[in-house]
Amino acid sequence: MSAQSPSVAIRMMDVCRHFGDVKAVDHLNLDIYDGEFFSLLGPSGSGKTTCLRLIAGFEQPTSGSILLHGQEMAGVPPFERDVNTVFQDYALFPHMTVGQNVAYGLMIKKVPKAEIQRRVTEMLEMVRLPGLENRKPSQLSGGQRQRVALARALVNHPRVLLLDEPLGALDLKLRQQMQIELKAIQQKVGITFIFVTHDQEEALTMSDRLAVFNHGKIEQIGTPAEVYERPITGFVAGFVGTSNLISGTVAERLTGSSQTFSIRPEKIRIAVPGESFGDEMCAITGTIRDVIYLGINTRYLVEVGNGVDITVVQQNLDADSFDAHASRGKQVLLVWNKANNRPLVGV
Amino acid sequence: MATRLQSASPPSLPRRIGAFFFRHPNWSLAALLLLPMLWLGVFYLGSLGALLTQSFFRLDGFTGRIVRQFGLETYQKQLFTPANMDIVLRTFLTASAVTIASALIAFPLAYYMARYASYRVRGLLYLLVLLPLWSSYIVRVYTWKIILAQEGVLTWFINGLGLSGVLRAVLDIPVIGGPSLSISLLGTFIVFVYIWLPYMILPINAALERVPKSVIEASGDLGAPPGYTFRRIILPLAWPGVVAGSIFTFSLTLGDYIIPGIIGNSSFFIGQAVFVQQGTAGNIPLAAAFTVIPVAIMAVYLLIARWQGAFDAL
Repeated sequence: MSAQSPSVAIRMMDVCRHFGDVKAVDHLNLDIYDGEFFSLLGPSGSGKTTCLRLIAGFEQPTSGSILLHGQEMAGVPPFERDVNTVFQDYALFPHMTVGQNVAYGLMIKKVPKAEIQRRVTEMLEMVRLPGLENRKPSQLSGGQRQRVALARALVNHPRVLLLDEPLGALDLKLRQQMQIELKAIQQKVGITFIFVTHDQEEALTMSDRLAVFNHGKIEQIGTPAEVYERPITGFVAGFVGTSNLISGTVAERLTGSSQTFSIRPEKIRIAVPGESFGDEMCAITGTIRDVIYLGINTRYLVEVGNGVDITVVQQNLDADSFDAHASRGKQVLLVWNKANNRPLVGV
Repeated sequence: MATRLQSASPPSLPRRIGAFFFRHPNWSLAALLLLPMLWLGVFYLGSLGALLTQSFFRLDGFTGRIVRQFGLETYQKQLFTPANMDIVLRTFLTASAVTIASALIAFPLAYYMARYASYRVRGLLYLLVLLPLWSSYIVRVYTWKIILAQEGVLTWFINGLGLSGVLRAVLDIPVIGGPSLSISLLGTFIVFVYIWLPYMILPINAALERVPKSVIEASGDLGAPPGYTFRRIILPLAWPGVVAGSIFTFSLTLGDYIIPGIIGNSSFFIGQAVFVQQGTAGNIPLAAAFTVIPVAIMAVYLLIARWQGAFDAL
């Protein structure tokens, strides 16, 4: 292995996990590198949590093979794997104090008492819960429990940390704050984080790379910018952000080919009918059918004929909600650069 | 809205009563608790008080009449004799053994029901656990008499396995042994465990059902082998259920007088002593004094149980 290519933390080779007829994970191939913040993104039931549980060892693959730092994991129970998990419901031990919860893994490894004490204190400081050692989990808020679960996993210095929708139960403000903190902690400790989420914004914010799951298969793997800017399937284009999928006659009018392509709503500009543009631009006239004012921007639904709506998002540079709503029913010209069209496969 | 208010007829009686209770929450609380309070106050506490009072009277051995004078004579001269303390000790130790054995048998089954059984199997197991409670207790005890008898199916089966020597050796053990299983303290113990087992299974199952699967997974994830997880996570979290179940098995064994009367070596349990003293002997004060002992034991037991969190598991 050369110095440039990072070492592989987890390699999944043709992994299947079937529950009866349900193919929760279906012929999965995936490499996750050491020190990476990697997200498994997908709707519920897409197999992302099963994938995480396969890595943790709570599930065994029906077929295929999982390597953890080059070691085959078949038949290795969870308690022999050098990974730790932050559970969706936190799974704190209700009969133990916060300190005992965080110390649990170290107690099992028979780390000396004084060192346990030191590491627990240090870890609680890192997750910004200093001095809460003697509280019971029931006395903590949701956000605090989340931090305890994180501390309990990280204190063991695992080589890989698995996070199963850890921010799902938090309210929006707290979630955004924790996203930043988690990312900062990951960069500080340098551990591989594998993060399961159904929230595409969260995945884009935090990940070095991400995999988009659908029906037990991976649709696309890439950096957030790659996945967002160059979705390769209709599912990815629709799930990661919003996209206009344009096909059939409308596609033919615009590009001369009926192949489906996607175009992001924010790449489209609303122009005055009659303006002319160069060959590098797509232009189509339509009628504003609906206006959704979102404060920071406004979403317009523009009917362009053949029963096709194109969604356009415009910054509210000068317009206020009154201007936005007044534009309903107006004839407009939609203009965007052809380079932003993404031809899709499998649509 | 205004027209509706004007045209509305005066509220009906049920609505007026409802409104009265809404405005007077103390009255509604009183109405709620009147019947149970009467029942508990008059019949339950009343009889308990009468019992306690009786135990401080004494029977005049010469006239055979009850002397209604407060004193500790019944306790001192009649209850605290070596023979009677033998009965108390036998009852207490049997109740303890029955409780421990029930817990040991109930826990794996309750664990299987809570963790592994499919929805259908779990329903079937609930049914099987509760099914014996549908039939008469007396019938089931007499059935065991036949099963455990010298010529019974169990002895026949043990002989068939070629283990008759083992059975003989067990029955030769003093105190718990006897001529046959149906005439031994061991037989009494077996039937007690059978009869009270459902009362142990259900609370343990309820406690285990409340332990999230993820908590058990988290323990393994943090490096704990299954045995460690059981000792440090599963057992402590299910413990209130075990204690709750033990309240039933222990107190029911402590008070029972039918099972040791039918199956056993005719040495008394507390319940039988009470039965004989108040019935045959007509010594109500001694019978009452005998009854105070399990009440006292259970009072201490319940205090310990509350401290162990058992009442959260019921």
